[in-house]
Amino acid sequence: MAILDVRHIEKHFGATQVLTDISFSLDEGNALAIIGSSGSGKTTLLRCLNFLETPDNGSISVRDELLFDAADPATQSEKDIRKKRLHFGLVFQNFNLFPQYTALQNVMLANQLLAKERPDFKQNKRQIFQEIEENARALLAQMGLSDRAAHYPHQLSGGQQQRVAIARALAMRPDILCFDEPTSALDPELTGEVLKVIRSLAEQKTTMVIVTHEMAFARDVADEVIFMDGGVIVEQGPARQVIEHPREERTKQFLSRYEGND
Amino acid sequence: MFLTVIGALNSGFLQTLKLFAVTLIGALPLGLIISFGSMSRFTPLRWLTRTVVWVIRGTPLLLQLYIVFFIPGFVLDSGSPWPSGETGRFMAAAVTFVVNYACYFSEIFRGGIQSVPSGQQEAGLVLGMTKPQIFFKITLLQMIKRIVPPMSNEIITLVKDTSIARIISLQEVIWAGVAFMKGSHGYSGLVWPLFFTGVYFLVFNGGLTLLFGWVERKLDYFQ
Repeated sequence: MAILDVRHIEKHFGATQVLTDISFSLDEGNALAIIGSSGSGKTTLLRCLNFLETPDNGSISVRDELLFDAADPATQSEKDIRKKRLHFGLVFQNFNLFPQYTALQNVMLANQLLAKERPDFKQNKRQIFQEIEENARALLAQMGLSDRAAHYPHQLSGGQQQRVAIARALAMRPDILCFDEPTSALDPELTGEVLKVIRSLAEQKTTMVIVTHEMAFARDVADEVIFMDGGVIVEQGPARQVIEHPREERTKQFLSRYEGND
Repeated sequence: MFLTVIGALNSGFLQTLKLFAVTLIGALPLGLIISFGSMSRFTPLRWLTRTVVWVIRGTPLLLQLYIVFFIPGFVLDSGSPWPSGETGRFMAAAVTFVVNYACYFSEIFRGGIQSVPSGQQEAGLVLGMTKPQIFFKITLLQMIKRIVPPMSNEIITLVKDTSIARIISLQEVIWAGVAFMKGSHGYSGLVWPLFFTGVYFLVFNGGLTLLFGWVERKLDYFQ
């Protein structure tokens, strides 16, 4: 069953059309890789899913719930959007960890703030906070960062920071976890540890949308691949098929630039 | 004689400190509000606040003191709204200083807030935080860390600027020093008390400098 359904998304910045008629769906437990050259609209698409940009046209549904419809202003109130964002998690290219908090605090902060809105917060404060901390520690352990919980971001390597950022996104239990070129800001020797973590998430059937330039990774880890160029989806299909046997000429051209780089 | 002079200067410096403290307590939150106004997406509000900041920063504090203290008395039928005596002079000075310094602070705050990368705010948004939560839990401390050096400049200037209030006869420390030249406590023609007031400013600003250094070190734990 499709967990995510994106229909006819359009976005332009001023006179520049950035996304044109983007439609796709994603099944629960699947990983979707979005590939394409810089400026093809991949990141804008991801930002639309996370309500950081508002599409000019189209709709976004998660589990058959209409989250956004450009034609329906009722789906766009600021207050609701906050809750809707929690269906999605986003891991940024340059991590965006909060520098004044430790790795553990980075993972806990949003849940602690959200917990304050629970009706039983006052009575069960200690227990709630304890659960949040246990969950955060478990996630850091899953990322192989148990011994880094008390470190501040500037004391961590890029790869470690990105793994904290993944734990931070997972802590909100999103339906769909999005990655925006998660290894592009990393030194080559650090990309492996981050890709390994994402690979293990895929094995655990985490629903993911991954914007990436790592073609071999996309082929091996993703179930589906979308190739974008100039703001449109040129080709989409099973990962292996799109990357190894692309049908479209533009996809072939794009992929030929990566051959030998894998 | 020395003890008499010191006593008078002390009570003058107490008034200096009072004006300094009230200005700081009033101008810090007001400056933050003005900085939000100057960053507002609502254009009329943005232009209004930026115009106010332009006028306040573009005219001398001395002139503003005169205007705030004297003009209401001329234009209002009921006479000056300020109570008579030192209380009224202090209130007028405090209002002027708070507004004036809030405008300077607001620009420092604006610079500090805008220097925090937008990714920080976006990270907060995608984690479901509200805008106030993002400001108070994420942006604020990063902004404070960035603005400590310019704020320490501005606050040290404020300590010295309080002496401008003597032009509406606020009895701050320099007023107390000058009084011994004119004649006060049975002495007149004494010059050294005026120059001695500099020691008060030096010592107090020395303390502030140490304090700001300490704050900077305290915030060194993150980058």
